[in-house]
Amino acid sequence: MSRASVVPVSVDFAQTERFRYVLRLADTSLILGQRLSEWVGHAPALEEDLGVANISLDLIGQARMLLSYAGEIEAAGRDEDQLAYLRDQNDFCNLALVEQPNGDFGCTIVRQVLIDVWQLELLSWFDASTDQRLREIAAKAVKETRYHLRYSSGWLVRLGDGTEESHTRVQTSLNDLWKFTTELFTPDEIDRLAENAGVAPNLNVLRGSWLHRIDEILNEATLTRPDDVPYVWFGKRGEHTEYLGHLLSDMQYLQRAYPGVTW
Amino acid sequence: MYTQGLDALGDESLHLPEEELAELEAHFQAKIDADEKIEPKDWMPAAYRMTLIRQISQHAHSEIVGMLPEGNWISRAPSLKRKCVIIAKVQDEGGHGAYLYSAAETLGISREQMIEQLLTGQAKYSSIFNYPTPSWADIGAIGWLVDGAAIMNQIPLCRCSYGPYARAMVRICKEESFHQRQGFEIMIRLCEGSTAQKRMAQEALDRWWWPSLMMFGPDDANSKHTGQSMRWKIKRFTNDELRQKFVDVTVPQAEFLGLEVPDDALVWNEETEHYNFGPIDWDEFQRVLAGHGPCNQERIRARIDAHESGAWVREAALANAAKQSKNL
Repeated sequence: MSRASVVPVSVDFAQTERFRYVLRLADTSLILGQRLSEWVGHAPALEEDLGVANISLDLIGQARMLLSYAGEIEAAGRDEDQLAYLRDQNDFCNLALVEQPNGDFGCTIVRQVLIDVWQLELLSWFDASTDQRLREIAAKAVKETRYHLRYSSGWLVRLGDGTEESHTRVQTSLNDLWKFTTELFTPDEIDRLAENAGVAPNLNVLRGSWLHRIDEILNEATLTRPDDVPYVWFGKRGEHTEYLGHLLSDMQYLQRAYPGVTW
Repeated sequence: MYTQGLDALGDESLHLPEEELAELEAHFQAKIDADEKIEPKDWMPAAYRMTLIRQISQHAHSEIVGMLPEGNWISRAPSLKRKCVIIAKVQDEGGHGAYLYSAAETLGISREQMIEQLLTGQAKYSSIFNYPTPSWADIGAIGWLVDGAAIMNQIPLCRCSYGPYARAMVRICKEESFHQRQGFEIMIRLCEGSTAQKRMAQEALDRWWWPSLMMFGPDDANSKHTGQSMRWKIKRFTNDELRQKFVDVTVPQAEFLGLEVPDDALVWNEETEHYNFGPIDWDEFQRVLAGHGPCNQERIRARIDAHESGAWVREAALANAAKQSKNL
């Protein structure tokens, strides 16, 4: 499936942009939910198996609502499963941060804090969005995300301010993952159009509140915020790290191997 | 096997005069005979306590190890709805493990001790989870057959004489019956589907049928715990009674699906109004129990890996908690 197939020529410009924008949100939740689900049965303690499964379920639930909405905007007859299971890597437009491997539990927690704060800021802003469906979806999702952040930031503080080993591990993960946060606040054409239409916030403004909250958590966790790096990954434009292809080959296996059947 | 746990309990009844002990035992049995619940602070014979610790911890371990074969398909579930259902199901199993460990802890053993016993091979878990899940249909078959068999075993436990176990089982059974329906629904979808899907479903039934029958344990003549457990009302039916009930309920379901139960001797007996079924391969059962099933090593290895690679996380949590309480 080529990338062109994601943007059918029959829909007008605004629909195309809206479709792409909603798909970015959907894919970010879906891929993160998929990643987190890899922990279920393998977490450091039974309570963490349950906690991570909860967050994964919430995220996939959000992805399902957003994918269905994207499918309606596109109006090409694709449902949540066709969008999730039958697109190729370049058609996925999740943030590159969420496709990064789980690493150790601390690495998963660092990734989760970075994205939870981003989602919380964004979903809270959607309360003022001109897009009614996004407002409705966000109203439900924001409550879940508050819990996600309580879970992830709680763990980051425990690990950052725990033992010497745990501190070193999470600081290293933070240093490794920080470069992917640049993408969160680097707007492209779709982000600018979404902002102009009152659908989405200004990313620079969002960055300010994100950074403020992140600094508070890092401070409590006795961790040091790394310097920003110039490199920008553009997962949201379909430019992914090497990890996404493997995730998709796993996730999409049955749908690809047995096309056209019902499960 | 659990003497260590018992020593830690400081069970003083071991040193009581014989007459006093006999009186306590008589009172205990009278309570059971009157269908009253035994609660954690009540006096109980050491053997009753030991039997329950063995049974409840095995049950908890089975839930935890049971997360693995199904977890094998979380990442590959064929639709987002199925993915959510299987994650929620595996999560439920973790939850069952958590409150079964808590129920066992009321008997004076810690979760850490029980996990240690699991990881060192001292404690057992249901041998069914040593079988592999090579196809999506195995997820359907586990729900339909394995959870179906578990329900048969567990519903009577809701009336078990030990209060905390009985109460835990009420909630577990509700969730298990939901899982069983979900599994059967996966099988229906496959059996209504393509030739390849039907083949998948049949192969899964072939794989899981006999191990499911073995889940009820050795036949009555060879079940060493049954007699005493029934007197203590920990157990209400014998292994063979429950196994027969399972076969009677499940065979018509297989027929409904259009699948063939892999047993040439299976036939309805008009006289007994039960199905006759072929001999169970108890050698296989013993082999798997002894650690030589298809996935024994992989299952325990996965639990050990999770435990060991999570050690630094648990240590950090304790260290942080200590710092917090110091600051208070």
